[in-house]
Amino acid sequence: MSLRHGIRRIPVGRALQASTYTQPSITPSIPRSWQRWSSAAVSPASERILFPGALNSKLTNDLEFTSPSTAEAIPTFRVMDQDGVVINNERGVGTTDEEAVTLYTQMVLLSIMDTIMFEAQRQGRLSFYMASAGEEAITIGASSALDIGDVVFCQYRETGVYLQRGFTLEQFMSQMFSNHKDVGHGRNMPVHYGSRELNIHTVSSTLATQIPHAAGAAYALKMQNAQRPDLPPRIACTFFGEGAASEGDFHGALNIAATRGSPVIFLCRNNGFAISTPTRDQYRGDGIASRGAGYGIETIRVDGNDIFAVRESIKEARKKTLEDGGKPILVEMMAYRVGHHSTSDDSFAYRQRVEVEDWKRRDNPLTRLRKWLEGRELWNEQKEGELRRKLRKDVLGAFAQAENEMKPALKYAFTDVWENVTEEQKSQVTELLGVLETYPEEYDIEHHEGGLDSLRELVKK
Amino acid sequence: MAAKPQSLRPLASLLRPRSAYRCQQHQQQPQFRSYSAAPPGARLNGTVNYDTTSILNHTSKTALSNPELPENVRTGPTKSINLYTAVNEAMRHALQTDERVLVFGEDIQFGGVFRCTMNLNEDFGTERVFNTPLSEQGLIGFAIGAASEGMRPIAEIQFADYVYPAFDQLINECAKMRYRAGKTDMHCGGLVVRMPAGVVGHGALYHSQSPEVLFTHVPGLRVIIPRSPIQAKGLLLAAIACNDPCIFLEPKILYRAAKEHVPVGGYTLPLDKAEILKTGSDVTVVSYGTPLYTCEAAIQKAEKDLGCSVELIDLRTIYPWDRETILNSVRKTGRAIVVHESMQNAGVGAEVAATIQEGAFTRLEAPVKRVAGWATFTGLAYEQFVIPDVARVYDAIKKIIEY
Ligand SMILES: Cc1ncc(C[n+]2csc(CCOP(=O)(O)OP(=O)(O)O)c2C)c(N)n1
Ligand SMILES: [Mg+2]
Repeated sequence: MSLRHGIRRIPVGRALQASTYTQPSITPSIPRSWQRWSSAAVSPASERILFPGALNSKLTNDLEFTSPSTAEAIPTFRVMDQDGVVINNERGVGTTDEEAVTLYTQMVLLSIMDTIMFEAQRQGRLSFYMASAGEEAITIGASSALDIGDVVFCQYRETGVYLQRGFTLEQFMSQMFSNHKDVGHGRNMPVHYGSRELNIHTVSSTLATQIPHAAGAAYALKMQNAQRPDLPPRIACTFFGEGAASEGDFHGALNIAATRGSPVIFLCRNNGFAISTPTRDQYRGDGIASRGAGYGIETIRVDGNDIFAVRESIKEARKKTLEDGGKPILVEMMAYRVGHHSTSDDSFAYRQRVEVEDWKRRDNPLTRLRKWLEGRELWNEQKEGELRRKLRKDVLGAFAQAENEMKPALKYAFTDVWENVTEEQKSQVTELLGVLETYPEEYDIEHHEGGLDSLRELVKK
Repeated sequence: MAAKPQSLRPLASLLRPRSAYRCQQHQQQPQFRSYSAAPPGARLNGTVNYDTTSILNHTSKTALSNPELPENVRTGPTKSINLYTAVNEAMRHALQTDERVLVFGEDIQFGGVFRCTMNLNEDFGTERVFNTPLSEQGLIGFAIGAASEGMRPIAEIQFADYVYPAFDQLINECAKMRYRAGKTDMHCGGLVVRMPAGVVGHGALYHSQSPEVLFTHVPGLRVIIPRSPIQAKGLLLAAIACNDPCIFLEPKILYRAAKEHVPVGGYTLPLDKAEILKTGSDVTVVSYGTPLYTCEAAIQKAEKDLGCSVELIDLRTIYPWDRETILNSVRKTGRAIVVHESMQNAGVGAEVAATIQEGAFTRLEAPVKRVAGWATFTGLAYEQFVIPDVARVYDAIKKIIEY
């Protein structure tokens, strides 16, 4: 994808030699007997039976059902506590002081942009917005632990991923105001960003559909990694909510990634809500992490308010995805959705105001990192004020600029449906042009780049 | 410690006022509309007015004069409510009168994202009115199972755009169950799948779709789209009572915009009849759901400007559909236009046009005209150019008369 990391095309001739590519997927840990179904037979003295569907299951005479409620909940990994104090100094935070300051700056920028855009939507200046409040450390931290060549698939509440990978304020604003500079040609709802340079696929509103894409993309990357060992290996990472994890696509994705050994990180943001639906209506197991074992996937649960824990876990997860010839890893990041689901939602219709206030007071990813920075005398009130003033100015500047840009050319209403515009589409554009020319006072065309000419050009081609 | 949460308001004042053209708010839509607002000089587009349209019954008297209503309802009281409240009242009535009725879907317990299930959980309990996990295939499959064992589930899909994970369940299971079961007579009649559909001005690719034709292609399902609160209540209650599974598409822009007097009591409306909303002698305009309002506005202008007389018909049930009413009308007028939001290719218009061509060919004065969405998607910035508007329908009437 990214030219920076070289195009890894598989020569046609070699692609047919399947063994070259399937080799890495055969993990040495799978015993050969797995493949030999006929060995299901068991001698009377044996303690285990090799049914083809359950490996190494011990025989027992106890009539006992496994009960998830008796098992301890999966622990949550953290590096520092709520007060920004590092729990184990030997393990450290895996982050330099400069990196930490930069990460903090990014988190503040994300939260300032969220506040401004939310308010702007309230004023009717854009149609929609989704904020990340409470999840800033997850998206920014995880993104900072991935390589820029890694391919990312987002859900929608991952503005921090784009920010950390280098999406500029101008790019954010152009997308949100659907102006002519938006690479999505003004087609998508606000916050449905995408970037070829940053290797992030464009967001689709349909939940969970990106999860199997990540499994397949990771498989492609695995083959390409094998093909070009001279280039740094790439993996895929997909973000999704705990609500989206109820979709069939989630389950299909984990299973196929496990069977094919796809180097992919499945990163669940468990923020306690799917719009109004609390987790107790969403699932009855131990969060999303408990599902990893069911698919034979190594899994970790992480405190999503702790950016160091997020970074450490993703660094380690990334390393693991490239081991044993490639394999998926499931990471469940715990958080609390502090804001409303979106600008279309009023969350106080289904949760108490005090519940939210309590959470905000108790824990917050920005506050935690700031406390750590202050503990090391890297930060203070004055720096905070200066930073906020500067970032606010930057955001508002980009906002004003983008809001007044031209809308994209009208031809983009019809292009990219297929690779080329079809004969049927051309005849429809001709019909539309006829209407637009006959009734010019009925349409707002002058704000679209090129006016009607862009449509005329389309018909001529 | 020093870190304080940022307050919202101070930032608000920093946002400078937007430039002039963005300030125009569409008359009928209090929400954000700047992607598709008609310019100030427009004479056709932007003229749909829900407060005065003759499609809605603005008084109790006109509402009760509807001959399709049962006698006891026609003498009863009415209440002025919008479409989402009418849907809510239909479900409330069904829950009250039939203990087999269940209501479930994503986020429905707190009232649903469009408020259609408001207070139902509180009043009927979580056994009967409940949130489902976020899985359309799961919840529709669940609904089919419940219906097949004698319940009458009303399952909500949050947006029609998100019905596709349940497509296999609807096409291969729901539609075919009765046929494959034969003499065992196991079927999932009593199942109603409700979903908001259609454009609202800013829904883009995934909050705008009208997927009715994906279901009308499949026999075994009934596909229904109401145009107004009275229709929504009566058709939904008919769907719940119906022994065939029903797909009930609710035009979401009408949830709040369309308000009229609705009988307070329970009643059903026929699932096999189109309705002539306005008689005319020169052109038949066939539509359903939201575009009916567009058609009405266009017809008003066209009749005045061109001196023609146009008949407007609401299909109501998209499949199976009332072929006779349409054919009789076109045999009279000799000209037909079909209007819908979803794409023209292989759309409802194609089916209606082909049927007219087969059944009224010798009476036709002009080719049947389709005014529909183009062969593309509803890009955010382009909705007004893709979805039929008053100007396009007006132009179609003009052209078909001049043909
Ligand atoms: C297939 C599908 N069904 C329903 C929706 C409507 N919807 C949008 S967001 C959302 C909740 C998602 O919750 P979660 O996955 O937990 O993510 P969060 O919003 O908490 O970040 C729902 C139901 C959708 N977009 N796609
Ligand atoms: Mg969530």
